[in-house]
Amino acid sequence: MIVGERKPLSEIQEMLKGYKKVMVLGCRTCVAVCMAGGDKEVELLGSLLRIAATKDGSRLEVVEDAVERQCDREYIEPIREKVAACDAVLSMACGCGVQFMAELYADKPVLPAINTNFIGVTESTGVWTERCGQCGNCVLHLTGGICPIARCSKSLLNGPCGGSQNGKCEISPDVDCGWQLIYNRMKQLGQLEKLAEVIPAKDWTTSRDGGPRKIVREDVKI
Amino acid sequence: MKAGSNLERILTEGKFAVTAELGPPKSADAEVIRKKADLLKGKVDAVNITDNQTAIVRMSSIGAAKLALDKGIEPIMQMVCRDRNRIAMQSDILGAYALGIRNMLCLTGDHQKFGNHPTAKNVFDLDSMQLLDMVKRMRDNKTFMCGDEIRNSKKAPVVEPKLFIGAAENPFAHPYEFRAIRLAKKVKAGADFIQTQCIFDLPRFKEWMKEVVDMGLHEKVFILAGLMPIKSPKTLEYMKKNVAGMSIPDALVERMKGASDPKEEGVKFVVELIQEVKQIEGIRGVHIMAVEWEEVVPTIVERAGLLPRP
Repeated sequence: MIVGERKPLSEIQEMLKGYKKVMVLGCRTCVAVCMAGGDKEVELLGSLLRIAATKDGSRLEVVEDAVERQCDREYIEPIREKVAACDAVLSMACGCGVQFMAELYADKPVLPAINTNFIGVTESTGVWTERCGQCGNCVLHLTGGICPIARCSKSLLNGPCGGSQNGKCEISPDVDCGWQLIYNRMKQLGQLEKLAEVIPAKDWTTSRDGGPRKIVREDVKI
Repeated sequence: MKAGSNLERILTEGKFAVTAELGPPKSADAEVIRKKADLLKGKVDAVNITDNQTAIVRMSSIGAAKLALDKGIEPIMQMVCRDRNRIAMQSDILGAYALGIRNMLCLTGDHQKFGNHPTAKNVFDLDSMQLLDMVKRMRDNKTFMCGDEIRNSKKAPVVEPKLFIGAAENPFAHPYEFRAIRLAKKVKAGADFIQTQCIFDLPRFKEWMKEVVDMGLHEKVFILAGLMPIKSPKTLEYMKKNVAGMSIPDALVERMKGASDPKEEGVKFVVELIQEVKQIEGIRGVHIMAVEWEEVVPTIVERAGLLPRP
């Protein structure tokens, strides 16, 4: 899923300055799972904004709502009237949701309440970690199902570098060395010989380096 | 001879090589390089010019290498993968060769987190293995990474950069079992010579070298043992605590602590270590990394009986 984290309240308040009626709009998919922008978080942020407004004497009306997904037109179309009644929308979706809302409601300021961080997993309750670098050309079959792009701090394809120690990365004792993980897994699979091969330079055109990406599926296109 | 550098000649002739490190300044002061070059000239066979080591901005490796060259000392230009993509790398390699640089060391590079611009974006378009492969292809196949011939036009002559290609290897990083395999990969990718991470833990180094020799790698690549003279027990303790991928035995820390003259003890340790590594099968030279202490290198080389240089 896409993992995000709510921005600090002070930053959000700064964004909202000058608006009188704001819609806090949650998204019930990825950011709801990672507890950043679902129904509960909308309610919490709405309350925080109201309290803050009362405290500093500013007049801010906060409307709360949430949709299934802000990255699908069918879910954000039906809220047209509610959006029209507000000065601005504070989207609690990932960066995609914010942009899709802004695209559909071009005359309405759509503001981000969330920082979109990474594609990751729920490692344990309250802990999410990055897993995929979205390079567009998966190499997981070569590296024991552990991504060297996302999980090595230097995205090395022929690691580990000289900074790997006790299973940890040189950047922090809290970060696992991705290549130590790859080594361990390949050993477990009995495929260490695969790591003796030099993995050639990557073609980054399928990644963000090739420009904004687009997929068109003729078989399902209407 | 692949590149015709002094270092390549010495190693190819079977002589014991000595290299040292020459760190560029954190300014545009060319005098720093000239002074260090004067200190090291005639005492070592070539000097490594570091490339923004520990991600702290310094004078460029190419610029400093050219300054050293002009002072009559042979540079080994270091290049890390952190700051350049394949376009900038190949361009800089052409420029370096045109300026007379003949040795190059291909490195991954320390993460920018440690440096003075931790908010920077890193590159890592290639890793050190892929960089080695690219430099070798430029030299031996006379082509850029994309496959194009290294010539200015169809009618122009092919002028490829003929570099003596080096890499580093750290026998003290983990997992230990992979370190000799990783060296084999670097040899396969194109390394002509290797400079190891600095040795403090001799038993582990010997263990790694045994694996290297068992794999026959010592016959395919020239291995120079990395050594670092330490000024004080404090420095050693700092490195033990803060520098990843180092193995520093407690006994050495105690030895430095007990010394009445720690600087002298540091020199003594390296001189002893040189005698030790000379006995190890497959070691073809030493690389002395006296970080911001270049003036001690001549003393070490002399006391180790490595003068005059061939």
